[in-house]
Amino acid sequence: MTSDITNILVCGIGGQGVMTATEILAEAAIAEGHDVKKTEVAGMAQRGGVVTSHLRFGRKVLSPQIEPGTVQVLLGFEGAEALRWSHYLRPDGLALVNTARLVPPVVELGLFEYPDDPTGKMRDAGHRVVAFDAMTIARDLGEIRLGNTVMLGAIADYLPFSPEVLMACIDKRFARKGEKVVDANRQAFAAGREAVAKQMAAAPA
Amino acid sequence: MAAVMPNPAIPPAAQRLLLSGNEAVARGVWEAGTRVAAAYPGTPATEILESLSRYPDMHAEWSVNEKVSMEVALGASMTGARAFCAMKHVGLNVASDCLMTMTITGAYGGLVIAVADDVGMSSSQNEQDSRFWGRFAHIPVLEPADSQEAYEMTKQAFVLSETYETPVLLRLTTRICHVKGLVTVGEREHHEPAGFIKNPQRWVMVPAHAKARLPALFQRDETLRAVSEVSPLNVLEAGSDRSVGFVTSGPAYMHVKEAFPNAPVLKLGFSYPWPPEKVRALAAMCDKLLVVEETEKLLETEIKAAGIACHGKDVLPSIGELSPQVLTPAVDRLLGKPVPPPLPAAAPAKLFPRPPTLCASCPHMGMYYTLSQIKNLIVTGDIGCYTLGAGHPWNALDTTICMGATMGVALGIDKGRGAVDKNKRILAVIGDSTFMHMGMQGLLDITYNHGNITVLLLDNNTTGMTGGQATPASGKDIHGKEAPKVDLFKIVEALGVPNERIKVVDPYELPVLFKTVREEIKIEGPSVIIARRPCVLIDEFKATRPYLVDDDKCTGCGNCVEVGCPAIHVTRRDKVIKPSGKEVELAFVEIDSQACTGCGLCVQPCAPDAIQHVPRRDIPIHIVKTTSSS
Repeated sequence: MTSDITNILVCGIGGQGVMTATEILAEAAIAEGHDVKKTEVAGMAQRGGVVTSHLRFGRKVLSPQIEPGTVQVLLGFEGAEALRWSHYLRPDGLALVNTARLVPPVVELGLFEYPDDPTGKMRDAGHRVVAFDAMTIARDLGEIRLGNTVMLGAIADYLPFSPEVLMACIDKRFARKGEKVVDANRQAFAAGREAVAKQMAAAPA
Repeated sequence: MAAVMPNPAIPPAAQRLLLSGNEAVARGVWEAGTRVAAAYPGTPATEILESLSRYPDMHAEWSVNEKVSMEVALGASMTGARAFCAMKHVGLNVASDCLMTMTITGAYGGLVIAVADDVGMSSSQNEQDSRFWGRFAHIPVLEPADSQEAYEMTKQAFVLSETYETPVLLRLTTRICHVKGLVTVGEREHHEPAGFIKNPQRWVMVPAHAKARLPALFQRDETLRAVSEVSPLNVLEAGSDRSVGFVTSGPAYMHVKEAFPNAPVLKLGFSYPWPPEKVRALAAMCDKLLVVEETEKLLETEIKAAGIACHGKDVLPSIGELSPQVLTPAVDRLLGKPVPPPLPAAAPAKLFPRPPTLCASCPHMGMYYTLSQIKNLIVTGDIGCYTLGAGHPWNALDTTICMGATMGVALGIDKGRGAVDKNKRILAVIGDSTFMHMGMQGLLDITYNHGNITVLLLDNNTTGMTGGQATPASGKDIHGKEAPKVDLFKIVEALGVPNERIKVVDPYELPVLFKTVREEIKIEGPSVIIARRPCVLIDEFKATRPYLVDDDKCTGCGNCVEVGCPAIHVTRRDKVIKPSGKEVELAFVEIDSQACTGCGLCVQPCAPDAIQHVPRRDIPIHIVKTTSSS
């Protein structure tokens, strides 16, 4: 197996921005000179289905798909979705999970149950998990759409390159929209980093 | 939406770009100097034409179906222009009538067909192995393994096509189309069409002419086999561990290299006709030969027929995607090694499913809610977002087969039913884009053959499922530029449905929907109900003031939950015993005002009037922006 490869799995629900976030992570890896492959199967319709985005980078990437048990960092945009894909984590892997709880219609109809504490279940299974509320962080910054950048901030210190590389890619993406938007995203990025750092300091996982 | 994107600057040559396989094919098509490219949207191939529409100096189009797209490409090729069409696997079934004769006329200008197999069925009604078409139609098949190869092979396919005057099939799968990788791109070549030459013996396929060309078709197979034998696209990689050698193609090659980096591999980029001598050379250098192919037992069967011993589907699956995780235990089995049990941590968590849903405010919800409340119906369905009407909570579709099948199937049920089904009403559901793709002929069959069917034409002004591509009825072309807007009402009328039996309704108005459906299903003969509202994902959709639930008024009746909107959430469940002694389950709800866009469908079945507009001061910013710009 190719050992210098970094495997990052980003998961969530259609419409949450999973694919865009992974695209920005891919751009950062390219900026660092890595070979990159990124793949997803986004399910059937536009919204509401399960979305996973596989990002692999290193000297030379062959298969685009990540194998279960080989993910260094799992970036979960939703609690139950992080649990759904947690078997992809390596024993020493790290899960960074937005605690958002997005309940699908099949649960609302009473046909299935949503787990009470998805991240707790992940910890019980022996995974390292940092959970935070990216949507509240974004709302406190005044714009719920910043949640995506909060998520990128959360992973920034757990990549094999500096957070500034990732921040630069986010800057580039929003440059067209003006300084105000760039600044707001910088704040969201910093807030995401801080949310994870705080928990890591409190209880080193 | 994607179709109206402004033309970005075309990335210059020699640059390394992160491209999906679809984008890489598009770049290759453009660089090859192609003049005409056509497609009907279909996952996973849609983005090829979407991407091509942003390149200058060529004609790109959304055709009404795949057969037309292929005919357009063939016509362009007849003038000497380089031409291209793209489709998903089932699209090639539709286009196959053209393909099977176009292979006899052959190509003049380079003619390349990209076909994308949805291996693993993420968004299709079946799984098909399009490599079979190479055999059936006597045309070469190229199979890239990643984005860089998708780009390069696209360009090589045009050269191959012109050299041997044959259409070339570029076979893709989801793991090519939807994988992004780095691609080093080049310049656009110029190809001036040599001109259309009148040649009835070649282009007029009457029996005498076609018969005369058939020997050349079989001769071409032999010529191409010799070309394949020396093609640099078929690479024999000698490995150090010779216990198993692999014959493989497409993305499966990457999985083989990932799992068995030291094994000898014959990578078939030019996979049909495949090179027997190269396969023999590989077989001679390893103890066992394993054919790794997605999805069916095709190369394996042919290799065995050529007298070369090999393994394949005896240890590997014939269904779904391959991966290193699938390959490793299969090779262990082949070598008689014990297969280690999977690690306990590798077992996925048991969780609720999360099927795709209709969007908040989706106009289809109103129609399916209505159908779910009417008894004694047989509802035939079709292909599109509206296929989701088969799921919870509506369970409103009884059949789905292929593009346009709703009409013929409905007519067949009407004509075939016996006494047991005599009192049932038959409804055929179809979307606007599917109707123009392949539904119109079916409706004509219904009117011509005295069908007693009510057709629900869900007109959301776009091809919704694939991301909102324009159609002939949306008044826009692939570039978002104005185009003649066909009138679906007039088409339906011209197809023989009496004017008074064509109703146009707003799918947000439930009482009107109920009344119209109930009336039309009672009347003998064909009728069409056109339910007209834009898809929420296109520019024409305008969000309005969202709703919320007044907790004090909500009685937990759960009627609104039955609408199936993803913005409605149950906050509390309860049970009460009615005076009649019957136990009733209650579901108290809230509306996610961030997700609600104010269609009002849930308001209508709400018994206690508990659903009200959000106060103006609390309207989410995105709604204010949308409404003020309208």
